[in-house]
Amino acid sequence: MTPLSYYLGLSGLLFAVGFAGAVTRRNAVIVLLGIEFMLNAANMNFIAFWRYGVSGTAPTGIMVVIFSIAIAAAEAAVGLALIIAVYRHRQTTQLEQIDSLKG
Amino acid sequence: MKEVACKSTWPHGRHALDSLMTMLDQIFVTIKQWLLTFIPENLHPIGSALLSIVAIISVFGTAFALTTILERKGLGRIQNRYGPNRVGPCGFLQPIADAVKMLTKEDIVPYAADKVLHYLAPIVLTVPIWLAFAVLPFGRNMSAIDLDAGIVFFFAAGSASELAVFMAGWSSHNKYSLIGAMRGIAQMISYEVPLVLSTIPVLMLSGTLNLNEIVNAQSGFAFGVGKWNVLTPWGAAGFLLFMIAATAESNRAPFDLPEGESEIIAGYLTEYSGFKYALFFLGEYLGLFAVTGLAVTLFLGGWNAPLAFLSVLPSWFWFFAKFGALIAVFIWARGTVPRLRFDQLLNFAWKFLVPLAVVNLVVAGIWHFASVSWPAPSLSRPLEYLETVAPRWLACAGLFFAAYEILGRVLSLKRAPRTYRYAE
Amino acid sequence: MPNKITFCLTAIFTLSAAVAAMRLRNPVHCALSAALAFAGLAVAFLGLDAEFIGFAQILVYVGAISILTIFTVLLTRGSEVEQRAAIFSRSWITGIAITIGVTGAILLPVFSSSLSFKTAPVAASAPVQSIGNELMTRYLLPLEVMGLLLTAALVGAVVIAMSDAPDKKRLVVPASVGRASVTGFSSEVLPAKAGTTNQRELTTV
Repeated sequence: MTPLSYYLGLSGLLFAVGFAGAVTRRNAVIVLLGIEFMLNAANMNFIAFWRYGVSGTAPTGIMVVIFSIAIAAAEAAVGLALIIAVYRHRQTTQLEQIDSLKG
Repeated sequence: MKEVACKSTWPHGRHALDSLMTMLDQIFVTIKQWLLTFIPENLHPIGSALLSIVAIISVFGTAFALTTILERKGLGRIQNRYGPNRVGPCGFLQPIADAVKMLTKEDIVPYAADKVLHYLAPIVLTVPIWLAFAVLPFGRNMSAIDLDAGIVFFFAAGSASELAVFMAGWSSHNKYSLIGAMRGIAQMISYEVPLVLSTIPVLMLSGTLNLNEIVNAQSGFAFGVGKWNVLTPWGAAGFLLFMIAATAESNRAPFDLPEGESEIIAGYLTEYSGFKYALFFLGEYLGLFAVTGLAVTLFLGGWNAPLAFLSVLPSWFWFFAKFGALIAVFIWARGTVPRLRFDQLLNFAWKFLVPLAVVNLVVAGIWHFASVSWPAPSLSRPLEYLETVAPRWLACAGLFFAAYEILGRVLSLKRAPRTYRYAE
Repeated sequence: MPNKITFCLTAIFTLSAAVAAMRLRNPVHCALSAALAFAGLAVAFLGLDAEFIGFAQILVYVGAISILTIFTVLLTRGSEVEQRAAIFSRSWITGIAITIGVTGAILLPVFSSSLSFKTAPVAASAPVQSIGNELMTRYLLPLEVMGLLLTAALVGAVVIAMSDAPDKKRLVVPASVGRASVTGFSSEVLPAKAGTTNQRELTTV
């Protein structure tokens, strides 16, 4: 069986990749994808800790991940709607050009 | 996997005939276990999976070939002409001619197309749909995998194949393909909502997400007729909603605007030829088979026989009989109903089907709690049984019908009368 | 997962898809590799015996969020690639540096605790019955709040992304064709305005 540390390593790396993408990319949609990766990495952590019995056998990890997935879906929907609305006004999704409150 | 015993319903208990019918019923399971004895012990899981895969691919591949020719002949007869009738006896070798044509056609990829996505799109369409067949119970003890959350797996596999539509449309670098792809995806995600919502009453009232358990909950006979879900008000409504949403999910007429030949050339399939087109075609029909199989499982009692004395026939026969009947209904609908315009299509999904599916949930809840508070007496007293069941039926069916009427009238109020302008 | 090899393969697949999603130039390719990464994560969840979560991950992430992302990329003309000099440009090195930094910051505290070196998983099982039970008893309030949140997000997203123009059904007819040749439509027929781009017509399709 794979030790728990492997799963934690995967989730840590995934979080870091998502964070790096969210911080360096200029396209707003890709930044949102990075945020989704960070959320997924946290979900992975929850499931790994649940499976290895770190806090008993109650399905707490699973419940938290269910709510986390639902919240991530809602946030992605609203975030993408915002990007579309901003695009309609500024005709761009490059974050460097959406940097003023005027307009 | 829990083995389900074959209940004997032959009235006089003729054991020889019973055992013969049981053997016929479980013949495929027996063959598979016999084949597994040739494989070493530690490779049994893989061997079992491989045997199931071979069986599913062969059965549904043949079903695909048969359906193409039957559809063309059926549509031809509906349109007052013969279908293909040259290639074999009455044209039944036409699929072989089609296969030869598809395989030998030149595979043209547009110059500006995105080669990788263009190549991968047919595969991404077909593979998840093959996965969806793994949880369907084709007969007693005859589902490839027995999953606790079987239905969620089915819908997940179905929704994973929607990306392929987009990949096909976008990678073709063609504006008609792109428009067709966007319409296709919008249609598929819009109709996923009533599809899933209409199955929730079944899950609520069977208490499980496991497809084998859902079929078992529909076994048994009341007054000689099977206790299928479609014979309850919420089941009938759910079945109708499911069938409509399933037609839209598989891009069949009357919802085939994304690939309608007269409107948008072939939509997202425009730039595909030869074997890739055959794979798309296969993927679409397989999607149709998968949702039909699910409809049979959830609403029509799976592999249960309709009438008590008919359960001598094997369970897999009943599954495929109901399956064939539903495919015939789909073919009939394709030949009869005109195509919907795209905004009509989306309005229908969001403004009509989704509220009706939610009302169906409420109806199912009322049915369940009415059956718990006023339990029906045993079936040996038919009059009392009817007295207890009829109010339930009237209340639930009436509520659903009222919702349908009100929704229909409210939605058609907004339509202005048509104005026509003629050429001078 | 049953053995380390399957886990390592899944992990490598997921991580490479995630890196590709963050580094590719074409946003559509990014969105599709992100879908692959989500699918890889779902496989990892299934390997951890969290069946329901694995299937829900595919249903929600691959089946809905990826499609939403792709729609947004298409509607915001994202197919124009970002201008970047070469693959090993400065932003690549920045990305790697950030990745290493954040990984170190997360994993150093994690690996210094003995709790993260468990090797024997308990026989954890989460049948759907128990999930449903928990949702209806212990997690009832979060469930209701989630319903409210999803409704608000749905309505909000539709309102935000709705176009400000009045909702007339428009048929794009080139001015040269003229109005008299179109019959039988109850909606207004307007000739195409000179300034509208193709993109806008796509949104009314």
